[in-house]
Amino acid sequence: MVELALPANSKIGEGKSWNGKAPAKRPKTFKVYRWNPDDGRNPQVDSYTLDLDDCGPMVLDALIKIKNEVDPTLTFRRSCREGVCGSCAMNIDGTNTLACLKPIDEIDGDAKIYPLPHMPVVKDLVPDCSQLYAQYELIEPWLKSRTPAPERERLQSPEERAELDGLWECILCFCCSTSCPSYWWNGDRYLGPAILLQAYRWIADSRDEYSGERLDALEDPFRLYRCHTIMNCTKTCPKGLNPAKAIGEIKKLMVERKM
Amino acid sequence: MAAGNRPLSPHLQVYRPQLTSMLSIAHRITGVALGVGTLLLVYWLAAAAGGPESYAAAQGFIGSFFGQLLLFGWTVALFYHLANGIRHLFWDAGYGFELPTVQRSGLAVLAATAVLTVVSWIAAYVVL
Repeated sequence: MVELALPANSKIGEGKSWNGKAPAKRPKTFKVYRWNPDDGRNPQVDSYTLDLDDCGPMVLDALIKIKNEVDPTLTFRRSCREGVCGSCAMNIDGTNTLACLKPIDEIDGDAKIYPLPHMPVVKDLVPDCSQLYAQYELIEPWLKSRTPAPERERLQSPEERAELDGLWECILCFCCSTSCPSYWWNGDRYLGPAILLQAYRWIADSRDEYSGERLDALEDPFRLYRCHTIMNCTKTCPKGLNPAKAIGEIKKLMVERKM
Repeated sequence: MAAGNRPLSPHLQVYRPQLTSMLSIAHRITGVALGVGTLLLVYWLAAAAGGPESYAAAQGFIGSFFGQLLLFGWTVALFYHLANGIRHLFWDAGYGFELPTVQRSGLAVLAATAVLTVVSWIAAYVVL
């Protein structure tokens, strides 16, 4: 359902301001979305001013600095700090990306930081991704075959292996799915770019013998065809992948197998 | 954990408009506008079928400043929807998904809309 406005309990208020103790030489203000499940209040945006001369280069460095030195209640997910785990996906300066890969210098003015868009919030910058994980399970993301397992591994030619380039690199950070207006309005039935890219990853795998069944499972007005090639997914992917193209390939296979 | 009272994170409110997403919503809006505009066409045809008086009234309305403005909007919508529809056909055939291409084809659609609209209005005034 298209609901352009936020529900009453999600409207965002003005929050607290935290300024550094000493006057900063290179001050930068971070405006961070806060919501605490325990205080019964609406979400708010808190402001933190840091000195960039005393902070690492990435947005994640700033968040960790805030948590360590200013406000230990700030809650966010992070792990690898080098763009391979997908934990610190959030909305920074208006688009979705990984906080660990986003240089602070790329942001003009105040750095505005929100959770991944149109998601239930667990706390602060932590979204509840249960629906996305359930949808991932739905596409059965594992190799399926009818033929008996060979003595050793199932072989692929270099060309067959190359088909998976641009697909296997996906880290399931869900920047793309949560940037997609179609997923915002129909996320309960539309699978969204991240999951469809994963679905194509198995359809395109020469070792998988269930491509037909996989396509059958996607042949649905909502699961696949709510993609209107809006392209927010590809524009925002922090790994430089192209979910829109993967979805286009699935749509093409749907047509080809009918001809 | 009580999941029921969880707020929804902001979406349209915070997501920076992209050229791609703005052209996409414009495709939807011009499609709806063309549907509504077709009513004007039906009104014009029905007026022509109704006789000289009703046709003169319809011509008077369409020829008025407001009528011309509506017609101008309709031609913009028509040419935009046409050009962007062709862009969609390329996507459906599996071409043009790379970001630089998407940017260029989007700008080309805007340019084509402007040129086709201006040319058709010049033609309309010169020929008619």
